[in-house]
Amino acid sequence: MSINPGFAPSFSLDGRQVPFTAGQTIIQAAAAAGIYIPHLCYRPELKPHGSCKLCTVKVNGRQASSCTLQAQAGMVVESDTDELNDERRALLQMLFVEGNHFCPSCEKSGDCKLQATACELGMTSPHYDHFFPSRPVDASHPDVLLDFNRCILCSLCVRASRDIDGKSVFALSGRGIGSRLIVNARSGRLGDTDFSAADKAASVCPVGVILPKRRGFAVPIGERTYDAAPISVVALREGE
Amino acid sequence: MSYRLETAAHPENLRRVAIDPVSRVEGHGKVTILLDEQNRVQQVRLHIVEFRGFERFIQGRPYWEVPVMVQRLCGICPVSHHLAASKALDQIVGAHRLPPTAEKMRRLMHYGQILQSHALHFFHLCSPDLLFGFDSEVGRRNIVGVAEKYPETAKKGVLLRKFGQEVIRVTAGKRVHGTGSIPGGVNRALGVAERDALLADIYRIVAWSRDAVHMAKELHTSNPALYNSFGIFRSNMLSLVGSDDKGPGALDFYHGSLRARDEDGGILFDKVDCRRYDDYIEEEVKSWSYMKFPYLKALGKEHGWYKVGPLARVQNCERIPSAFAEAERREFVDYAGGTPMHAPLAYHWTRMIELLHAAETIKELLHDDDLLGGELVAQGERGFEGVGVIEAPRGTLFHHYRVDEDDLVTMCNLIVSTTHNNQAMNEAVRHVARRYLHGREITEGLLNHIEVAIRAFDPCLSCATHALGKMPLAAELVDAEGRVIHRLSSA
Repeated sequence: MSINPGFAPSFSLDGRQVPFTAGQTIIQAAAAAGIYIPHLCYRPELKPHGSCKLCTVKVNGRQASSCTLQAQAGMVVESDTDELNDERRALLQMLFVEGNHFCPSCEKSGDCKLQATACELGMTSPHYDHFFPSRPVDASHPDVLLDFNRCILCSLCVRASRDIDGKSVFALSGRGIGSRLIVNARSGRLGDTDFSAADKAASVCPVGVILPKRRGFAVPIGERTYDAAPISVVALREGE
Repeated sequence: MSYRLETAAHPENLRRVAIDPVSRVEGHGKVTILLDEQNRVQQVRLHIVEFRGFERFIQGRPYWEVPVMVQRLCGICPVSHHLAASKALDQIVGAHRLPPTAEKMRRLMHYGQILQSHALHFFHLCSPDLLFGFDSEVGRRNIVGVAEKYPETAKKGVLLRKFGQEVIRVTAGKRVHGTGSIPGGVNRALGVAERDALLADIYRIVAWSRDAVHMAKELHTSNPALYNSFGIFRSNMLSLVGSDDKGPGALDFYHGSLRARDEDGGILFDKVDCRRYDDYIEEEVKSWSYMKFPYLKALGKEHGWYKVGPLARVQNCERIPSAFAEAERREFVDYAGGTPMHAPLAYHWTRMIELLHAAETIKELLHDDDLLGGELVAQGERGFEGVGVIEAPRGTLFHHYRVDEDDLVTMCNLIVSTTHNNQAMNEAVRHVARRYLHGREITEGLLNHIEVAIRAFDPCLSCATHALGKMPLAAELVDAEGRVIHRLSSA
């Protein structure tokens, strides 16, 4: 069935015609058409970063980030293919082993986009050796906890704090395997910034790094975000 | 009470027999036996060979994560750790009195846990020994063998456990490692449909629990020469007893104060606030085991060790607050003749009395509408230290935490149920070794006698591993130079 009624510009996504408006990226046009492309560092209300590479698609046979590449008429885009999903699983596995992601005792479990995406793509094991990095917990803020063990360097908090909150509380520092999330304070502690639990940056973390204090496991199993529906459904429904 | 056979005077020239791993218990442990040239037992030790480290790596974590994290100590009775930690953290959030819904949901969860764990232990792990004999054919001495010869018994055991697991699921969110209890209360109430589904089965569960008590009692009383003496030693006993608002000295698995009795049943201390546990209990470390050896401070290391769990609880309390179980307790006390029963195999009888009490309590709770809704969480003035104590299936469980102003845990001390029974289990296996192995050629059946004594305590060796059925039991005779000169294996 063609999604395109006939006159709007469109491109082909996994064999379906997807209409788009000028300036829309592939992932935006796909979401508008009800098609989920896996992603972690993308949120519609923030400038794309193109770093997690999970939304990589093939455009006319060449790989590109669907969150940064604008749609063009006549493109032939592949997304839900065995090859690309294999690569996505490998990316997820690397994210899991680079940090300390212990889902069984993580309060974000059931609400975590990394976990939900891994479920969506059928990741059943980490496959690679764990790095077990030594990362600190910053509990200095009265209302918000930072657990850097789970950071996947998506930079959503960096962009939200800078572009929406106007505070620039967070930044990415270092290079390559030494990259890390830092806090913009002389002490490096969140408690010494003007960060607030009401900031946009406090609510965009896809994993369990930025957490409201003392909430923990208040939401029972069965009522968490991804208990009732997979992320491919939730993301489209919530416009994420 | 003594440490006889704990350490041989000259171990260098003795032969070593190892039971490694001990099978049909939770977790990994081993027994080593040193024999002289005439096969006379010179040393017997139950070793716990795992190191878990929870007390250390919980430090630096936010306190609200603790009840979910520490329950990973175990896959058999995680609810006990989940609730003991929650009770300790209630004091951190200032919830000194929980809303009725919260306390009753926790109680329901806990009594479901007691039911499933006791059923698992008696039917799946121990009934093969008790029904077929300690040295019966090893290939049949497992739950599959029981299911073949006694299908109704096995079926009841499986379904009793299943019911307990279902109680846990509807209160904690999952059958194993749920999240239902949180600092200050719970995160859900019971749904009407969930309540009704449990009510539909509970009367059958109570009836089967009564059958289970009768079975354990029949096994015991029909062979008193064995059951009253196998592995016997005398010791003090420790447990929680309920607070006075439920009647003085009533059996209570969820909350109460500490009571200890001496080997003759005399009260050593009573109504001790659990938060003062370290005024009364000390832990000794021995080089040959990762498990500590607790003892009552006032009596010292040599005379202060004690046993916990069903045999201690049923005799420490003055009554059981449910009709059928109380009648069974009275019968047990009468059988013991007015003095404490110390025989390890009596654990089975008392464990089934507790199973019945758990079933009756679940029935009572299911008729209480407080479970269906209301306030779920309480909070008050922030605290920085909390002690949570609960009667886990295997005995008294202590969780003790300190939390800093940033909400991170700075100190964690756990005394798990099996730890309390460490010296007691060692005494039991030494008694059995003296009685059954001394001067004899070692066989698999004789070694199983050692394991039967350990299993009576239902030890959970701090691990989620669940050994069941045909385990790779191996016993090796090693000469003084370390050469294996004889090997027995059930694999």
